[in-house]
Amino acid sequence: MIVYILKRLAIAVPTLLVLIIASFLLMHAAPGGPFTSERQVPPEVLANLNAKYGLDQPLWKQIATYLSNVVMHFDFGPSFTYKDRSVNDIIAQGFPVTLTYGSLSFIAAVLVGVSLGVTAAIKRNSWLDYFAVGISIGAQVLPNFVMAPILVLIFTLTLHWLPGGGWSFDDPRFWIMPVVALSTSYMASIARITRSSMLEVLNSNHIRTARAKGLPSRKIILRHALKPALLPVISYLGPAFVSMITGSVIVDVYFTTGGIGKSFVDSALNRDYAVMMGITILLGTLTILFNLVVDIIYGWIDPKIRY
Amino acid sequence: MALLDVRDLNVRFATQEGAVHAVNGVSFALEAGETLGIVGESGSGKSQLAFSILGLLAANGRASGSVAFEGREILNLPEAQLNKIRADRIAMVFQDPMTALNPYMRISDQMAETLMQHKGLSKRDAVAQAVVMLDAVKIPDAKNRVRLFPHEFSGGMRQRVMIAMALLCKPDVLIADEPTTALDVTVQAQIMDLLGELRRELGMATVLITHDLGVVAGFCERAIVMYGGQVMEQSPIDPLFAQPTHPYTRGLLAALPRLDANSTMTPIRGNPPNMTGAPTGCPFCPRCDFVEDICAVKMPPLTTFAAGRARACHRPIEEVAA
Repeated sequence: MIVYILKRLAIAVPTLLVLIIASFLLMHAAPGGPFTSERQVPPEVLANLNAKYGLDQPLWKQIATYLSNVVMHFDFGPSFTYKDRSVNDIIAQGFPVTLTYGSLSFIAAVLVGVSLGVTAAIKRNSWLDYFAVGISIGAQVLPNFVMAPILVLIFTLTLHWLPGGGWSFDDPRFWIMPVVALSTSYMASIARITRSSMLEVLNSNHIRTARAKGLPSRKIILRHALKPALLPVISYLGPAFVSMITGSVIVDVYFTTGGIGKSFVDSALNRDYAVMMGITILLGTLTILFNLVVDIIYGWIDPKIRY
Repeated sequence: MALLDVRDLNVRFATQEGAVHAVNGVSFALEAGETLGIVGESGSGKSQLAFSILGLLAANGRASGSVAFEGREILNLPEAQLNKIRADRIAMVFQDPMTALNPYMRISDQMAETLMQHKGLSKRDAVAQAVVMLDAVKIPDAKNRVRLFPHEFSGGMRQRVMIAMALLCKPDVLIADEPTTALDVTVQAQIMDLLGELRRELGMATVLITHDLGVVAGFCERAIVMYGGQVMEQSPIDPLFAQPTHPYTRGLLAALPRLDANSTMTPIRGNPPNMTGAPTGCPFCPRCDFVEDICAVKMPPLTTFAAGRARACHRPIEEVAA
């Protein structure tokens, strides 16, 4: 097991390297640059700026410099847009925010989604099933950029219960709407996957065996059906968790939470190479990490999988 | 009073294409300690018959009629009451040991939960009992192997585990649904020998469901031949094989490979019937060599014609021969 994990981590290094080089090249291949703007910059100034940020160097040299800074000093460089901020600062400031509302959204989506899916499967074709399926379809088709303003309209402008934006680590009232807006569509997907996989498991032979043993249905569900039914859910949860904790531009924009979801999109628009690279690497690393976590959980649930 | 008395049992499945009539008016009685074979080809309704007795039909299945166990009606009992009978009084061995065991649980847990449920044993005592039962089904090194998962056993060993699991509570009735179908021939014989041995030891009544007449001949005292969800013939084993009176039974016997000289295997022509919709007439008539006009219109009643023997046929073999 430990050997397997080490092996996977070792493979992660070249994977990340390929990711970095590919994104670096793609980014530079896109037209425009960090200092292209509507206001014409005198060519001498542009040359100076390019020289300052090393953009006048050949591409391979830029990549090499970037990699050595990242690996040797864990330094992702200065932001090209915000002159006094480094990428490390931007991530250090924004990531805890998205990590908080992302993790909470994840927990909410899993708890609600799994319970909804299991209930729908057990009470198949009952009003509870239709209700659960209805909710999850509703949550799926309601985009969060529609949901977010509706939430603000109801809970801030009408009821005055929740602050309409901003972020505080100390006041959970700031967390509620971002979590609701972010988690609903994930919750809906989780509910759908859980329901269909639970239905499949409940029709399997070993469940009939469990029924023939005279076990009450609660024990059959919890002990015999839940584990196999959750396997497909878990493989969905790995990538979902990563995209949730790295935030959402919709949530960051509508609720001005100041997370890295917005920074990421801004950086792409502004050609802020350094920020874009930094967040891409963060996303990549987390994705690799949580795919590994999913595989480890798989091995723990399914005894046929041994590493 | 028979131990298990099945009267006019019907099983229907609601499907997109309409109601599938899987079992139609089946009646039989099982005495304590008796061995009864239920024979029929795939789709004859024999497995669904077994499932319906213990309330194990799929969600779209409905059973009607009567199943009396020790004189008490048990068909369509509420789950909570059925659960007291399942495994404890009437146990079941399933067809495919590869999928009938839970692949995600250790054998020890799967076996122990039955005893904990019905006998109120502690986990430790239940596992100890499970080991005793695994020894009884001749699983070598049961004490250690009880900790393994199903995939760590071979097919034959898994079916032994399945049998051990069914016998944990020493049931009065064991229903074995094609217990050897998924196994290769040498293992089949071992499993049937084992079942016979345990049956004699525990003195339980056994219903053996199979498509294999050879298995029935070696194991059962009496057999029911089913076709299209209906009983075609019912008879003690010896006369059934010596003088089959129903054309379908005769067809089945003729389709058996034999070792004695100059006999050829003759398959039954045609295909099993489509079970959608209510049956009219004898389900076997499209494939029967002795079919008459009445066969397609009216299902012949099951009539007793000799001691312990009954058949449902308008033109039984001896009449044709006479």
